[in-house]
Amino acid sequence: MPETSKPTVGLFVTCLVDLMRPVVGFAAVKLLEDAGCKVEVPASQTCCGQPAYNSGDKADTLDIAKNVIAAFEGYDYVVAPSGSCAGMIKDHYPEAFADVPKWLARAENLSAKTYELMSFLTDVMSVSATNAEFSGTVTYHDSCSGLRELGIKDQPRALLSSVQGLKISEGNETETCCGFGGLFCVKYPDISEKMVDAKVDDIVKTGADTVLAGDLGCLMNIAGRLQRRGVDVKARHAAEVLAGMTAAPAIGEPVEGE
Amino acid sequence: MSAREEILSKLRSKLGHSNASNDGNAALKHIQEHHKNLIPRRGSLDKAQRVDLFVQEATRVNATVVRIQGFEDVPNQVSAYLREHQLPAKIKIAPHDNLKSLDWQQKTSLMVDEGRGQGDDGVSVSVAYGGVAETGTLVMSSGPQTPTSLNFLPLDHIVVLEADNIAGDYEAVWERLRAQSGPGKLPRTVNWITGPSRTADIEQTLLLGAHGPQRLHILIVDPSES
Amino acid sequence: MQPTSPNFKQNAREAIADDPLQAALAKLAVGFPMRRLEAAQRLPEFEDLRDQARDIKNHVLENLDQYLEAYEKKVTDSGGHVHWCRDAKEARETILDICRKAGAKTVTKSKSMISEEIAVNAYLEENGIEPVETDLGEYIIQLRKEPPSHIIAPAIHLSKEQVADTFRNAHIDLAADRDLDEPRSLLEEARAKLREKFLGADVGLTGANMLIAETGTNVLVTNEGNADLTNNLPRVHVVIASIEKIVPTLEDASTILRVLARSATGQDISVYTTFCTGPRRPEDLDGPEEYHVVLLDNGRSEMIGSEFHEMLRCIRCGACLNHCPIYKSVGGHAYGWVYSGPMGAVLIPNLIGMEEAQHLPNASTLCGKCESVCPMRIPLPKMLRKWRERQYKAEMGSATARWALKSWAWLAKRPALYRRVMNAGVALLGQFGGQGRFKSLPLASGWTSKRDLAAPAGDTFISQHHKGARGDQSGALMRKKVH
Repeated sequence: MPETSKPTVGLFVTCLVDLMRPVVGFAAVKLLEDAGCKVEVPASQTCCGQPAYNSGDKADTLDIAKNVIAAFEGYDYVVAPSGSCAGMIKDHYPEAFADVPKWLARAENLSAKTYELMSFLTDVMSVSATNAEFSGTVTYHDSCSGLRELGIKDQPRALLSSVQGLKISEGNETETCCGFGGLFCVKYPDISEKMVDAKVDDIVKTGADTVLAGDLGCLMNIAGRLQRRGVDVKARHAAEVLAGMTAAPAIGEPVEGE
Repeated sequence: MSAREEILSKLRSKLGHSNASNDGNAALKHIQEHHKNLIPRRGSLDKAQRVDLFVQEATRVNATVVRIQGFEDVPNQVSAYLREHQLPAKIKIAPHDNLKSLDWQQKTSLMVDEGRGQGDDGVSVSVAYGGVAETGTLVMSSGPQTPTSLNFLPLDHIVVLEADNIAGDYEAVWERLRAQSGPGKLPRTVNWITGPSRTADIEQTLLLGAHGPQRLHILIVDPSES
Repeated sequence: MQPTSPNFKQNAREAIADDPLQAALAKLAVGFPMRRLEAAQRLPEFEDLRDQARDIKNHVLENLDQYLEAYEKKVTDSGGHVHWCRDAKEARETILDICRKAGAKTVTKSKSMISEEIAVNAYLEENGIEPVETDLGEYIIQLRKEPPSHIIAPAIHLSKEQVADTFRNAHIDLAADRDLDEPRSLLEEARAKLREKFLGADVGLTGANMLIAETGTNVLVTNEGNADLTNNLPRVHVVIASIEKIVPTLEDASTILRVLARSATGQDISVYTTFCTGPRRPEDLDGPEEYHVVLLDNGRSEMIGSEFHEMLRCIRCGACLNHCPIYKSVGGHAYGWVYSGPMGAVLIPNLIGMEEAQHLPNASTLCGKCESVCPMRIPLPKMLRKWRERQYKAEMGSATARWALKSWAWLAKRPALYRRVMNAGVALLGQFGGQGRFKSLPLASGWTSKRDLAAPAGDTFISQHHKGARGDQSGALMRKKVH
């Protein structure tokens, strides 16, 4: 594809990926470039504002959102390796700015071109396969926002099924919340524990050696509980597998030899 | 201000309505038009298929159904039902012309009482206003010949339903009833009955015969049936 | 009842440790959603019917004043009486007054959430009238003096052994050594006991699933048939219903009925759907001689036009409870009042106040499952968030949490500073995260009390990316060796 006709994607890397798991960002860049996009990562991005929004802090939500809009509205597309953050921009920005006419149009404009990574690859860039390899059985957790706000269900499975050596074993409760819920998991730890235990039990039943998902929040919650319970199942963002970047330790695992 | 006035005026002010309530009244207009909403296709069938669907759906919810050619077959059918379930030969029938006119004594040795339901009635026989194929639902309408209590007090409820009165959907039955009762009016009680009484309130275990009948037996009168 | 909603956290902890409750919830978590899904799949038009059901109620709410007047006229025309009540107290007094005028000693009741909301049972008892709940589940919890733990399955939290104990304590006239091991024997005992009550009651008090404006009719939906014996046998039938129960026409009621049972129990339609209009007609052989409707506001008119307006579409099917991972973890009693689950978390603060109920809108991951199954398409997560906004404005909740959120937001609005702070923070955490994760960490105990916390896996992505890093197959760049 000639450079000029390549769509330019602003990668909204998400604060969790930026801080906790950079490999997901690199994987996203690789997948987007392989799909024929030019990728830029604006340095002025921080967070989508979801913690403030879900805590009822509307004023800060709007201020943070304005920053995101200003940083990303120039791109052809905005892509995030997270259903939750993409859902925030796509669904909740227009809702949050409903009474702010000056910003509403800009929020809607951004909303219209914002996608979660895997659905962007399949639905917009028509990617149907990657050339990655992964030997193992995985199970996929549908994160709530991706599934119910953005309708992401088949896209990651379609892409994963093209990975050589990878076998998918579906759980019975893949659509059930893992109990993360942002600040919920620290505000109501007992209920969150009950929920993530149910998730872990469902994962164990699949016999998979790795659990994949499209949201790092859910994954850190699930991985943390797997590890606390001493269950030998690894957790990774699906993008790592799709990009063939699985040499790095799984979430919360030490580097070999350390 | 009375509670009525206070509630209504609060609503009016929140909704931005004036209290000249008949002026451009959206509610009255909607009621007068009483449009049909989306009706599931499953009930849109010819008569024979409609009856078949009714039987299928009623059976699915644990009713038993027998097709007969005419009302004159009712006494024998009732008698057979009582024998099958080893019930006392005693029934309470609705004072309905189509049941009263039957020759119960000639055909059976049943003790037949008629009237409204009482606490000690074991088996009742009543006549349905109509049926709805969509869900295998009986429509019972209260009146001097069709007391409601017969539908609920006995442990066994036998209902006679004319095949011609089985509609595809609920809306068709409302139309018939509306034409009969007059606009904006209904009999005191209309019961949709879909299978025998049940509960799952103890450990989510499904049990039939909670407060109403434990068995619902439907006799479909269909002269075209051979 | 006195709400225990302020103790939600403690309630939840106890519920999680309650084994019979957990067994019941585990069963519910599978059964109800599976049956709902099967029912929905059997009806190709189900999703379109949900849209229409939503539109019908939206239309009603936009014209509620007119519909209430139209409904009232039809009730009156058919010989009934409408009693308007502003609040719970007025409704209780009105019901007592009707009962007294009827010379009532016993009032049979069929399940009504509004009657729970106004706590009419306790009030009637105080005034020498015996209220008898006749829905099997309600009867059980009435004997146990408990509130319902589910809007359509009020005794779902109990095991059959607990029900047997309850019956042994209550029915002391029966042989002590009788067999109550199976649900069937429990049902038969309750049926016999309640049959006496049905036949002896002076007043029958029912709720209403809907009020039809076209005909002045109340709709009752049950599977047991108790609502029918309640409204048909006594001399007086009293309906208690809140003002938003109105639907325009018989057709509109039919549309809503097509989604109600499918969403609630997964039945295509409940066993008994009953339409009562006025008192018995002169030639009728049975039915009540008097028909009263107690029409209750109790906070609904306040919700009209507010951010909780759409909650008034709720038809109390319980689907949001059956599918909610929070409800399925803690059950209904933890919510601390008569409603529970997502609909309860939105409604309860409207009815008992945001202060008392402040936990409820927060105890949710906003996972959206409730909205996805709500037959009336009520945006429950959005409304939970609206409560959080109101709470934030009112400065409710922990001061520490607010301070932390504020500080974080302050930083998130300053990208250059944010980047410097995050780079430093990640480097610091990286120093201690050599094992890849933390078992415990100061200021993160909410997290680490239940699970390990992954350590940052290297410098921030953005700083690496801007230095030209591309990530590689070995993963070496992902994580700096710190030792």
